[in-house]
Amino acid sequence: MAKQIWELRLYIAGQTPKSVLALKNITKYCREHLEGRYTIEIVDLLANPRLAEGDQIFAIPTLVRKFPEPLRKIIGDLSNEEKVLVGLNIKPAGLKKV
Amino acid sequence: MREDKSDYFPKSKTGVDGLDEITGGGFPKGRPTLICGSAGCGKTLMGLQFLVKGITEYDEPGVFMSFEETAKDLTQNVRSLGYDLDKLVKTNKLKIDHIQIEKNEIEETGEYDLEGLFIRLNYAIDAIGAKRVVLDTIESLFGGLDNATILRSELRRLFQWLKNKGVTAIITGERGESSLTRQGLEEYVSDCVILLDFRVIDQIATRRLRIVKYRGSTHGTNEYPFLIDEAGISVLPITSLKLEHKTSSDVLSYGHEGLNKLFGKGGFFRGTSTLITGTAGTLKTTLAAYFALSSCQRKEPTLFFSFEESPDQLIRNMSSIGVDLNPFIKSKLLFIHASRPSLQGLELHLLVLHKLIKELKPKTVIVDPISSLVTVGTSSEVRAMLVRLMDMLKSNKINALFTSLTHQKSNEYGDLTVDAVSSLADTWIQVSNDEKNDVRKRILSIVKSRGMGHSNQAWKFIIQDKGIKLTRSKEKA
Repeated sequence: MAKQIWELRLYIAGQTPKSVLALKNITKYCREHLEGRYTIEIVDLLANPRLAEGDQIFAIPTLVRKFPEPLRKIIGDLSNEEKVLVGLNIKPAGLKKV
Repeated sequence: MREDKSDYFPKSKTGVDGLDEITGGGFPKGRPTLICGSAGCGKTLMGLQFLVKGITEYDEPGVFMSFEETAKDLTQNVRSLGYDLDKLVKTNKLKIDHIQIEKNEIEETGEYDLEGLFIRLNYAIDAIGAKRVVLDTIESLFGGLDNATILRSELRRLFQWLKNKGVTAIITGERGESSLTRQGLEEYVSDCVILLDFRVIDQIATRRLRIVKYRGSTHGTNEYPFLIDEAGISVLPITSLKLEHKTSSDVLSYGHEGLNKLFGKGGFFRGTSTLITGTAGTLKTTLAAYFALSSCQRKEPTLFFSFEESPDQLIRNMSSIGVDLNPFIKSKLLFIHASRPSLQGLELHLLVLHKLIKELKPKTVIVDPISSLVTVGTSSEVRAMLVRLMDMLKSNKINALFTSLTHQKSNEYGDLTVDAVSSLADTWIQVSNDEKNDVRKRILSIVKSRGMGHSNQAWKFIIQDKGIKLTRSKEKA
């Protein structure tokens, strides 16, 4: 199976505590489970307000899984690891070889 | 934030016919207004109309934030009203932002806020310099997201934010079972709350509007019927009668010489209204037909609303007494619109009247009989509708004739329309049946005639093959 790259995009609105926490969380999960095969793009809507419409963003922070499809969204500070992994459909690394 | 503490309370015109009058000038300017009602009651349309009229009539750009319909659907839905949303969007007067919440692709974990929504709204408002905003229906958020605590505090923040932004906003809300809106939005939007209602009474649908609250302003407290037609929403305020009609001193004929002679000037003034009341079988429709005939003979377009007889029946019956309306039907000078009063709600009757008057531009309008409408609505509705109708006819300088059925012994139904109309009508002709010594006599008298002298006699009148003949009542015929 070809190596799959996970394209994630995190929408924030300035450096608020919630946004900082969300970025910290998702970076941690990705390192643990998707090491070497993920990208995280950060979109600050304060700087680019017009980008909110494209991905239908209304809540902040919102994490969007652009690829693999289908599109998934997780809103919130991503503090619940299990929910994020299930939401993004990332199989925990430990289970992969079973 | 600007706070107006002076007596002057700034308002924003609603763009809805009649609503400005009820609200004493419009929605509170720079504040949110809540419009609530059950599904299909016209909330979205009222919001759109507020924006479109705001742009076309008051040069105030607007943002429509839709949580339900897409921009494409909205555009299509209001195209029949003549609203070209595409054009308004292209000219940067209108911005439609559709917030799509797909519950199945969204997961929630941890703390969040609705800053994204604020940013989108702010971006849209600033992009076109919007003065008006509609959020339709923001409660959809509660269906898409689980954390109601966050939503509530964010909505509170949003409404405050709208105020600070200084935009006049409409927020629509779905009617709840025990509260005005499902999510209790009325707690947050406290300046102006309007309730729309769509109900079916006796199998006839009626739309109504009520101002539940309007802080800091006087407003009408009644329920007002409103209608949705190809010109959008219009409310029928009872108070719309402004006595500013231009008057004419042209005198026109009733179409019957004998009847004309009873009036000092030999007829009626152009653009005035005449009411004919009488019990059953007192030739009210016949008098109306004379009226129609003379209007046609003046080559003036004539509109005849018949609530009792079909056009064919009416023409046949009238030709039997020498009133031949047929040629005018053919030359399209006379249009007879016949419908059962109970076929549709009052507002639809009024709508049809409006529509036909707009289309045919008649100089003469006859409603026979106006009392039939009483069976359709409650007394205050009928009264409101009649006032509105007469007002419209007068402002268009249309000669109007209404007949009304009264009952021998006065009862509430018979007198209701008379009460409603008689004070508005300029001329009132009363006909009655008098039964004495096995002979039934029809008596006609003029109750009033504004602006001219009139006979104060009771006239006996009989009907023959050649029509109606009036004789002095005292003479033995």
